[in-house]
Amino acid sequence: MQEKNRGLALFTLLVFLFLLGPLIIISFTSFEPGSVLKFPPEGFSLRWYENIFNVEMFMTTFQTSMIVSLLGNLLALLLGIPAAYALSRFQFRGKGLLNGIFISPVLIPGIVMGFAMLKYVIVVYHLPIYAGLLVGHTVLMLPFIIRVIASSLSNFDFAIEEAALSLGAGRLETFFKVVLPNIRSGIIAAILIAFLESFNNVDISVFMTGPGVSTLPIQMLTYVENNFDPTIAAISVVLMMITAILMFVIERLMGLSYFTKR
Amino acid sequence: MRKKGLYLLLLPGVLFLTLFMVIPIAMTIASTFFHEGSFTLQGYMQFLTDKYFVKILLTTLQVSLVTTIACIVLGFPAAYYISKLGPRKKGILLALAIFPLLTSSVVRSFSWMIILGKKGLLNSSLLSIGLIDKPLEILYTPTAMMIGLIHLFLPLIIITLVGVMENIDPDLIKAAESLGASKFTAFRQVIVPLSVPGLIIGSILVFVGSLTAYTTPALLGGKQRVISTFLYQNAITLNDWYMASVIATIMIVITFVVIFFMNKLATKLNPKG
Repeated sequence: MQEKNRGLALFTLLVFLFLLGPLIIISFTSFEPGSVLKFPPEGFSLRWYENIFNVEMFMTTFQTSMIVSLLGNLLALLLGIPAAYALSRFQFRGKGLLNGIFISPVLIPGIVMGFAMLKYVIVVYHLPIYAGLLVGHTVLMLPFIIRVIASSLSNFDFAIEEAALSLGAGRLETFFKVVLPNIRSGIIAAILIAFLESFNNVDISVFMTGPGVSTLPIQMLTYVENNFDPTIAAISVVLMMITAILMFVIERLMGLSYFTKR
Repeated sequence: MRKKGLYLLLLPGVLFLTLFMVIPIAMTIASTFFHEGSFTLQGYMQFLTDKYFVKILLTTLQVSLVTTIACIVLGFPAAYYISKLGPRKKGILLALAIFPLLTSSVVRSFSWMIILGKKGLLNSSLLSIGLIDKPLEILYTPTAMMIGLIHLFLPLIIITLVGVMENIDPDLIKAAESLGASKFTAFRQVIVPLSVPGLIIGSILVFVGSLTAYTTPALLGGKQRVISTFLYQNAITLNDWYMASVIATIMIVITFVVIFFMNKLATKLNPKG
């Protein structure tokens, strides 16, 4: 039996090597002093990290990505918190259908959504590309916001809310002073999860580019098509560090069970 | 609570989604049935009779199927191993599986370009140990796409299965063993059937995910098109929005058919009934 467990452990080790190996390799190549990506690198240099700042398009698209992800996040919160609250707090007819509508953006293929939005949001509704990006990312983030906050609300004891109401507090006051503080960590986790989804998005953003407007992942795709120097490796390391930090905060706030439950 | 308040809470979100998602998607689908004002199935006929289109569709299905099977074969044993670990080790391995999942798909696909390229890590290692005498052409082939997609979706199936396997009552295995079943039999007769619903959910996520993934095929597939890169090509490069809408509709239909039937299967195979 010990034999078999050891075999299984080795198998699992190999699986993780497959999962993490490429990310480790890309990190090493970012320190390559030469101008061609190589593994192992032939020395140690930070020049490609410097180069990130020298390529203006990376800086402007990073800024666009940040603005779209943060502003879209705020919009998704404004739309999503009331909806998540209504869906978890009350029983009513058509609840299943509404739940379905709010979760549906994750069911529709991203590339289809991007194309449909280009067709309607940009062409038919005549929104500028920047606004289209913002709208697209808000739609993208909404299901994540609603799902995480609803799961956070499902652990909240609504009897506390009832108590506050019966003591004479108004509905709105109760919500802001009693409900919201109790689900604070869920809301922060929702913000971070949605942020990562939006910041890394390609499928919608790839249709929403125009003169001077593009997001960082799209700019990276374009760059890779024409260059094979270690700049993208350096950006990758920066992005992985941001991901690791955000993931650590999410774990502290609500554990990792959100990811394993389906 | 009065009805009015309830609607007030839900209305902004519903309106937003209707305007920016439901209408665009519904109109995109509807537009495929009308050409120059009259009802037509011409786009679909054109798609299904053109050898080039059909080949792209078949390649996509094949790549997705292989990816799903590989993810199950690699993910199931790993998930089983993780689910049996103590909380600390389990937490670390889960975190290591979730990290790549949260990492940008551009970064993850790019890392495979470094490995699989003509002068990449794999070729240079194989050449230097003399296993091959000219570089393998892997990058920009369906194989490269599959490797990239397996890498993309393997964590998803692992964490989904760990979530299901954790909840299997360990007493069931003990009971099977005390009744004379070997460890392997207990695994086969208890763990596997109880994991089936999770396995199906995981497979749906991987299959549909691979079927619709854009970044990985765009970076690793080269000129080899799959349905998602074909949609992009029609919409942006060729500017043929009618065909792009037809492809979009086909993608939605395939996605929903797969989800529908797999869910049916999951209910049927659920040993808990």
